[in-house]
Amino acid sequence: MADTPSRPTEMTLAQARDALANGELSSKELTQAHVQAVESARQLKAYITETPERASTMAEAADARRQKGESRGPLDGVPIAIKDLFCTKDVLTTAGSHVLDGFTPPYESTVTSKLWDAGAVMLGKTNLDEFAMGSSNETSYYGAAENPWRRQGDNRPLVPGGSSGGSASAVAARAALGATGTDTGGSIRQPAALTGITGLKPTYGRCSRFGIVAFASSLDQAGPMARTVRDCAILLGGMAGFDDNDGTSVDTPVPDYEAALTGDIRGLKVGIPKEYRVDGMPREIEELWQQGLDWLKDAGAEPVEISLPRTHYALPAYYIIAPAEASSNLARYDGVRFGLRETAGSSLDEMYEATRAAGFGDEVKRRVLIGTYVLSAGYYDAYYNKARKVRTLIAQDFAEAYKQCDVILAPTSPNAAFGVGELADDPIAMYLNDVFTVPASLAGLPALSVPAGLDASGLPLGLQLIGRAFDEETVLRAGEVMEKAANFTAEPAFVAGR
Amino acid sequence: MAVDKDTVAGIAKLARIKVDDAEQEALTKELSNILGWIDELGELDTEGVQPMTSVVEVQHSLRKDVIKDGDRQDDILKNAPESKQGYFVVPRVVE
Repeated sequence: MADTPSRPTEMTLAQARDALANGELSSKELTQAHVQAVESARQLKAYITETPERASTMAEAADARRQKGESRGPLDGVPIAIKDLFCTKDVLTTAGSHVLDGFTPPYESTVTSKLWDAGAVMLGKTNLDEFAMGSSNETSYYGAAENPWRRQGDNRPLVPGGSSGGSASAVAARAALGATGTDTGGSIRQPAALTGITGLKPTYGRCSRFGIVAFASSLDQAGPMARTVRDCAILLGGMAGFDDNDGTSVDTPVPDYEAALTGDIRGLKVGIPKEYRVDGMPREIEELWQQGLDWLKDAGAEPVEISLPRTHYALPAYYIIAPAEASSNLARYDGVRFGLRETAGSSLDEMYEATRAAGFGDEVKRRVLIGTYVLSAGYYDAYYNKARKVRTLIAQDFAEAYKQCDVILAPTSPNAAFGVGELADDPIAMYLNDVFTVPASLAGLPALSVPAGLDASGLPLGLQLIGRAFDEETVLRAGEVMEKAANFTAEPAFVAGR
Repeated sequence: MAVDKDTVAGIAKLARIKVDDAEQEALTKELSNILGWIDELGELDTEGVQPMTSVVEVQHSLRKDVIKDGDRQDDILKNAPESKQGYFVVPRVVE
């Protein structure tokens, strides 16, 4: 492992954990440094809400516990950021939407409550695409979060990806040691790739969805974002687990994910899906993909050519299923129980219509309308049921593939970070950003994005490892081997505090 | 499949989102494009395939049907734009 950096914000989460454990650093010092980093990174709009006072209180409590020999483990005293899709008790929770104006939940999401129980310190709530719908963070009502990276010799702002763009930007800029994200069709992995960090979407059911503002309930899954695979493993350990309050969370033991990082992948069968070689894939992404395979081969893994024949249909199926579920989930924003109310007109229906017209942004409206349409009488079978059948076939493709391999290697996204506004007028071009991430989402599988190299303009590119259901351990183990081989040391143009 | 302006107005009504004339125009084009794109699914033979209902194969367990949470009227009303005497207030529905 590299020498521990002197600036606490530039440590990895694991290094900070060790420094806390051996008394080199207090949580108060670590947290204070991060609170300052959050302030100095405000230009990125990575955070919607900063919670420095809460952070300070939590850090003091962590230090007090440690002094008494009652440390709660690896996350005790570690400052992290929370995507503003997780309900946090008495702290503004916006989902990036105008319609949730002023909403302070009277309860805590299960994932954040587990993290606080493990002693983690909350720095604030991070920016995101409105209701997690987007691949660039530009649909946030609070303004687009920015990527701390720049193209070489070009200072124009770039998107951090989405929807967990604020979390990605904060972690990349060293304004948090780690963050929570959520991933419905790629919302952890794509922003991780575009900002040069690591992000894991766990198996559907691994983390509780209770208290996460719902987008598409059969796909939504919380996961960790951090600067290394090890950090993601540590964070996941604090997030995962069965929850009575989520009927789809799965009652299976949470392994020690960090212990899975043995570095030994000899004999591991790595599947390369031929259908992921899409037309027009930039050559540097194709080369990086080959390079990734070579790294794994050098470490003793065995490449296997596999086929996921229905890949081409994953994205259109996703854009039926996710909007359908969204239209149903977002019905609750009616101006009655929380958030915005527009009182134009005098009837209840007029109030609903005015509230939702004012409260939802363009992309959310588009998806709610598409969802309403595909669920409406006469179209339900042709669209919604058809998409669910396609989803069955896509899951079968993966099941077949895993008879021949243990893990699948693919690019995370078809391009590096793009400019603010570049794709904003073309919804379908934006949707195509998720072409490599959506299939694993539809199949509910764990998938990790690891920064693997830079493109010609100096922007980070990620590689993705997709595993069998509930086999996050293999994904993390192979990911760490790839991370070591890639030796990704490049840094963004903006680093907080420098 | 392309949608026309009336269809868009109809969907917007169902979704309870007020959409003015100019927006209807733009949405008609956008939704037609998206629906045209997802029509690709028609190429795939799904005869006899079961629609997916659950993405992970798990045994669903039963739990006792007991109240675990409740008696939190203040919490529940706290975020309401308007409330009165323990109720959410909405525009008059019955004359």
